[in-house]
Amino acid sequence: MTPGERRRTWVGLAFISPWIIGFVAFTLYPVCASLYYSFCDYDVLSPPVWVGLLNYKDMVSDSVFWQSVYNTLVFNLMSLPLGLVSALALALLLNQPVRMRGVFRAIYYLPSLVPAVAGAMVWLWILNGRVGLLNQALMAIGISHPPLWIDDPAWAKPSLALVSLWGCGNTVVIYLAALQGVPRSLIEAAMIDGASAWKRLIYITLPAISPVIYFNLLIGIIGGLQVFTTAIIMGGAERSTLFYAIYIYWNAFEYRHMGYAAAMAWILCLMIMALTWAASRFSRSLVHYQGE
Amino acid sequence: MAETRAPMPFRLTLCLLLAVVAAGCARRDDTVGSDGRVVINYWEKWSGFEADSMQRVIDDFNRSQNRITVHFLSVSQVDIKLLLATASGHPPDVAGLWSENIPDFSEKGALTPLDRGLAKAGIRADHYIPLFWELCRHRGFTWGLPTTPGCVALFYNKRLFRASGLDPERPPRTFAEFESMSRRLTVVELERAGRLVRMPFDSMTEQERSSRRYTLVQVGHLPQDAGMFLSGWGCWFGARYYDGDRAVLADDPGNVAAYEWMQSIARTYGVENMKNFIAGFGVSQSAQTPFLGGTEAMVVQGPWMTNFIKMYAPGLEWGVAPCPAADGVAGGAPVTLAQSDVVVIPHGAPHPREALEFICYLQRQDVAEKLASSQLKATALREVSRSFLANHPNPAIGLFIELSRSPGARAVPRLSIWHEYDAELSVARERVLALRATPFEALAEVQKRIQWRLDRVMRRWDVVGDKRLAEWRAYDAW
Repeated sequence: MTPGERRRTWVGLAFISPWIIGFVAFTLYPVCASLYYSFCDYDVLSPPVWVGLLNYKDMVSDSVFWQSVYNTLVFNLMSLPLGLVSALALALLLNQPVRMRGVFRAIYYLPSLVPAVAGAMVWLWILNGRVGLLNQALMAIGISHPPLWIDDPAWAKPSLALVSLWGCGNTVVIYLAALQGVPRSLIEAAMIDGASAWKRLIYITLPAISPVIYFNLLIGIIGGLQVFTTAIIMGGAERSTLFYAIYIYWNAFEYRHMGYAAAMAWILCLMIMALTWAASRFSRSLVHYQGE
Repeated sequence: MAETRAPMPFRLTLCLLLAVVAAGCARRDDTVGSDGRVVINYWEKWSGFEADSMQRVIDDFNRSQNRITVHFLSVSQVDIKLLLATASGHPPDVAGLWSENIPDFSEKGALTPLDRGLAKAGIRADHYIPLFWELCRHRGFTWGLPTTPGCVALFYNKRLFRASGLDPERPPRTFAEFESMSRRLTVVELERAGRLVRMPFDSMTEQERSSRRYTLVQVGHLPQDAGMFLSGWGCWFGARYYDGDRAVLADDPGNVAAYEWMQSIARTYGVENMKNFIAGFGVSQSAQTPFLGGTEAMVVQGPWMTNFIKMYAPGLEWGVAPCPAADGVAGGAPVTLAQSDVVVIPHGAPHPREALEFICYLQRQDVAEKLASSQLKATALREVSRSFLANHPNPAIGLFIELSRSPGARAVPRLSIWHEYDAELSVARERVLALRATPFEALAEVQKRIQWRLDRVMRRWDVVGDKRLAEWRAYDAW
């Protein structure tokens, strides 16, 4: 390394040093510490006591742990495809050359700006089994016994999947940006060849934006496995909405089994890595990058 | 050589960062006020009028002497925040917790043992109603002092009693009466000959009842209201929850009997009807609870309920009586379940002596009575002044004082994992009310889980217990 290069390195390091310090203090150290604590009996207040693999063994026989895994996976199987398809459909509509397009785009994006807690409180009343807006509307159109939504264990997860659509504005914006990049020449060529709108969507638009769909899928998997705020506020009978991240929170901060919570967090990390790997493995042939 | 030294921007940034870090880490010297008084920080869970009433007491204390200033801070989720502050070594001097926090927090080393300090201050067990004094103790040490204790009784709606042909001045005295009145107070809506009619549950034909095609519009009592102490129903059936040492007793026969009673209600009214009834209600202690909304005639609550009646249902015509227990429980003495708000001195508090002086001040009879009456509650003290009873804004306060002294009075179980235990019992109650499990199955699951957790806690205690006990015995900062 020449003296000039060394100098530039120091300058670069100086500029990114706040981030380095923040990363080491608030991310790297906690991550490493949580790995150590996952092998300990640790209650936050007193020094951790080494217990080896006990926390991991306990997880295997903890029925509530498995229920939280089940709830999280089922919720994701509902919310992820629903969210991806709805956001794409909305983006396609908002991409049409209609009057006041900007206003519509703003309207659909607005809910994403509402804080999650405020949104959840609003949805609690919309989905209220007795006086909620949704059930009042359903009764008005002749459905005499609408579901109790969040108060019914069978409907609680679908209710939350429905609520998750409320914040799909961010995904819509990403799709919209991708749709601007679909080559106009290809679409025009297809139109000249007589391809219908559906065929243009399937054979041109979707392959062209497939990297973005893949990106939203990965973000959806990662976010879906960590779903927390809305579920902990809205609740759900008989642990029907006890998701993995909520069970971690209960163990860490309510019951003070920090060691057990740390072990659960590491299993969650492995689960996210495995699902991300699976998604990338199985979508390889479906994702097309420009220039490949 | 000059080239190998760190360049100027790096050194500058580093200096700036170090300055910021040093400033952040520096402990602000806010423990001595400009008037030379020691400032002690007091975190309390209360907000609204409860916080205001404590602030008035603190103002009195601050005026009463010239050495200490108490700085009051209303803190939500005070238990979690206290835990984190204590773990980081920066706790407040005094904190207001719930009595059920004491076993957990003390066992984990988050609290200061007060015994020697209290002895020096002249505070003794015989000043208190025994139940409330015991709530502040764990493993042979005293960890806090009660501020506003509470026990529960049966609040009932006199107007609904009258409308159902019951004597509004004659609440139930036995459990059988409670059950029969509860049923008599239940009103349904159903379709008869094409018309929607409203009638008492008992007026339905057997066929209508078994068809379950009706809507509950008013109930006598449902063990499903988003209220307090739902997990404690076993006490009215003679249940024990814990042996005081290493055994959880979730499937105690008394508890199974309580859950069987709950399930019998679900079988009588139908799971869907009950779910539909409660679906419209809001959180506990809000205007949307069925009792305050006038659609539930009886509810088990503490003296604080009078506050909520005042706030949300001022027109409610209410009465209160001991909640009847099953036959033979506590030898027929009135049964109640008690807990208390407590003040503690966290481990590592900067000014334990001054903190102790303040929490002892709160125990003075005139001070405790001022605080309790402004919160419509009773005190934990054995002595009660005549003026306290005569001028108390809660007309039912005498009953709550009497109940807390009853031989049938029970405390919320004192074990460090009660919070988790309570949550498991709630899940079991939901399963039982939904007819998804028999009471025994649901409680056996609770037994298994909580015993597993308690075994873990005891395993840890076996490792650290002797050291802890020695530290607590030796503690004397007074």
